Amino acid sequence: MENKIIIAGFGGQGVQSLGMFIAYASIHDGKEVTFLPSYGPEMRGGTSNCSVVVSDKPVASPIIAVPDMLIAMNKPSLAKFENKVRKGGTIIVNSSLIDTKVQREDVKAVYINANDLAVEAGNVRTANIVVLGAYTKMSGDFTPEVMKAVIEKKFAKKPKVIPANIKAFEMGYNLE
Amino acid sequence: MKELMKGNEAIAEAAIRGGCRAFFGYPITPQNEIPEYMSWRLFEVGGTFVQAESEVASINMLYGACGAGARAMTSSSSPGISLMQEGISYICCAQVPCVIVNMVRGGPGLGGIQPAQGDYFQATKGGGHGDYHMIVYGPSSVQECVNIMYEAFDVADKYRVPVMILGDGMLGQIMEPVELPPMKDLSNLPKKEWATDGTGKGKDRRIINSLLINPDDLEAHNNYMLTVYEEIAKNETRYEEYMTEDAEIVLTAYGTVARIAKSAVNIMRANGMKVGLIRPITVYPFPNKAYKDLAEKASVKEFVCVELSVGQMIEDVKLATEGKKPVKFFGRNGGNVMSPEDIVAYVTKEA
Repeated sequence: MENKIIIAGFGGQGVQSLGMFIAYASIHDGKEVTFLPSYGPEMRGGTSNCSVVVSDKPVASPIIAVPDMLIAMNKPSLAKFENKVRKGGTIIVNSSLIDTKVQREDVKAVYINANDLAVEAGNVRTANIVVLGAYTKMSGDFTPEVMKAVIEKKFAKKPKVIPANIKAFEMGYNLE
Repeated sequence: MKELMKGNEAIAEAAIRGGCRAFFGYPITPQNEIPEYMSWRLFEVGGTFVQAESEVASINMLYGACGAGARAMTSSSSPGISLMQEGISYICCAQVPCVIVNMVRGGPGLGGIQPAQGDYFQATKGGGHGDYHMIVYGPSSVQECVNIMYEAFDVADKYRVPVMILGDGMLGQIMEPVELPPMKDLSNLPKKEWATDGTGKGKDRRIINSLLINPDDLEAHNNYMLTVYEEIAKNETRYEEYMTEDAEIVLTAYGTVARIAKSAVNIMRANGMKVGLIRPITVYPFPNKAYKDLAEKASVKEFVCVELSVGQMIEDVKLATEGKKPVKFFGRNGGNVMSPEDIVAYVTKEA
């Protein structure tokens, strides 16, 4: 298997950490992975994206021209990457912030009101973790147990935020 | 379990495990994670971290520390490395082993901060004045960065030449699983009988110097260094070939571009095209023989050199293949990076 994912949104939405969770899960699970952040003069509110390749073989190119999956956390990201997704690929749309629909009919579009669900989970900043849950379910790259273990490990220094993040993850994972 | 590390941080940790105990540098994107990591990590191992006032100061501090026998390094990115060229030339003449990391960004000038390979000439042909070379590695993954950095101080010490790790912004920023080697035992390293470490009481004076004012002395020195470079070429040349056994088209690239090219090979192989890849791991010494051998194979029709520049390594490829087969070029520059599909499109159309 090889899953090429582009994750994009505003700086501050947790786009990079979402990618990093997937990368940490990969090593936790003995998979190969590359995590390539966009870097530059970006800051909170600017655009931010990262490319993650999860594979069971060593990853050659970390550069993704044709992603299998796009996670669009805001409207400009959907506009920028929608047409790059491979035919038959998946687009996860954060419908809390994106009021348009995916125009293409040859991809699977999944709408998740991530920010609203995050508020429900107890912390609006867990919107990326809601999406992480949905990704985990849809991709089948990892079991939810692996991902939850990674969440607990990564937030080990801030144990207070773990329950909201686990809840956010489960809400995303259990979406129909 | 492997650890997930950013290229820059993995290089810093591997340097420390390889024996680096001093770092001198000045901030510049996209390599700032190296000094940042060193600034706290070196103190844990009793080392020294100095943020210098400039790159010129950094390289001369490195000259001094390594002249006194320390295992020390600096890191920078393109414009900063340009500022270091005078010092590098002095260090090479004075035969002082050290390690320099260049996480290349777009140029010329201040250029941009995105990945590029436009410093190939500077790194491999001697960016400073005079006749000299460094050993220059072009790693293509975080693990390879670690492996090369871990041995870099030993290699530098063995030949008394600087070792440069020539990366790019992508390699510095990418995160990958890595396996880190154990801390090297520094207690039984070979003694540096030439170093000005203040322990030579009663012996001949030790002098670290790059001024050889007598032409005969300087010529003898340069001719001696030539034998060192020949020895390096014989022992240290490294490269990787991928699917070249029956290849008709041989892609060639170094560093992160080589892995993009590898993906392109995989795509084209799946389409039934006979494509392979040769990747220099040392860009100096350049693996001339491997290229020549490929060029002499009847099955090989042509080479395609892929770079993040307007065409630099292609000159070495042409020299090494001695005109036996055509060498074409596909590149992006300015901080733009090609995708595997871009390479496939070029090869399908042009080759």
